[in-house]
Amino acid sequence: MRISLNNRSETFTENQLTVSELLKIKNFTFKMLIIKINGKLIKKADFDTAEIVEGDDVQVLHLISGG
Amino acid sequence: MTFKEIKYLLKNNVVGIAGCGGLGSNCAVALARVGVGRLIIVDFDLVSEDNLNRQYYFHDQVGEKKVFALRDNIYRINQDIVVETYDVMLDAENSSTIFKPCDVLVEAFDHAAQKEMLIETALDHFPEKPLVVGLGMAGWGRSDLIHYRRSDNLYICGDEVSEISDDMPPLAPRVGMVANMQANVVMEILLNDE
Repeated sequence: MRISLNNRSETFTENQLTVSELLKIKNFTFKMLIIKINGKLIKKADFDTAEIVEGDDVQVLHLISGG
Repeated sequence: MTFKEIKYLLKNNVVGIAGCGGLGSNCAVALARVGVGRLIIVDFDLVSEDNLNRQYYFHDQVGEKKVFALRDNIYRINQDIVVETYDVMLDAENSSTIFKPCDVLVEAFDHAAQKEMLIETALDHFPEKPLVVGLGMAGWGRSDLIHYRRSDNLYICGDEVSEISDDMPPLAPRVGMVANMQANVVMEILLNDE
């Protein structure tokens, strides 16, 4: 499937992935993340169940300290 | 647009600022200078000596509550606006109430966990409200890494990579760049909205 990940087009062999699977494949190991699929916030508790499919717009924001 | 016209438009706006540290105090002062009519500032902390390397406070304010010290400083700059203070620690519950009246919300926290809490709360309770986040500004130099990007109603300012540490402290020049970039984005959102 082809999805948009942080505004870049990415192709995966899988037809669908959960958020947790995507984070693992992309090696996103940060603890503090904001994930949105098609503009909708995905809560941490739903990372294992929320599905990403063909054409989805996925935004991953890595939160770091400082301010 | 002349400054007079800008002030006239911005005086009807309400901006919420979550955290009055390096990002929040400098961003609030910039917004006060251009005449945003009502600022809702929130922090539970006291001004400390360590804060003076980047935050908009003065020596004689060490020990004061940040929200009250910042309100005093803003009124020394602009007395035509209203500053509403909340001396509380923000959480998911009170954030959704306190920031309800805001046209735009500025995330100006220090810790990643607090940033996460506020972004989640905002996306949950008011996904249509623009949220301007400060992300990555530790250290010095590397001015070219600091950028701005938008993801729906989330506006991200910073380099998104420089996390604070003992060898990479948050300092006035770079924190100020991001704080003022946040204020600049807020202005753009408000003026485009009119």
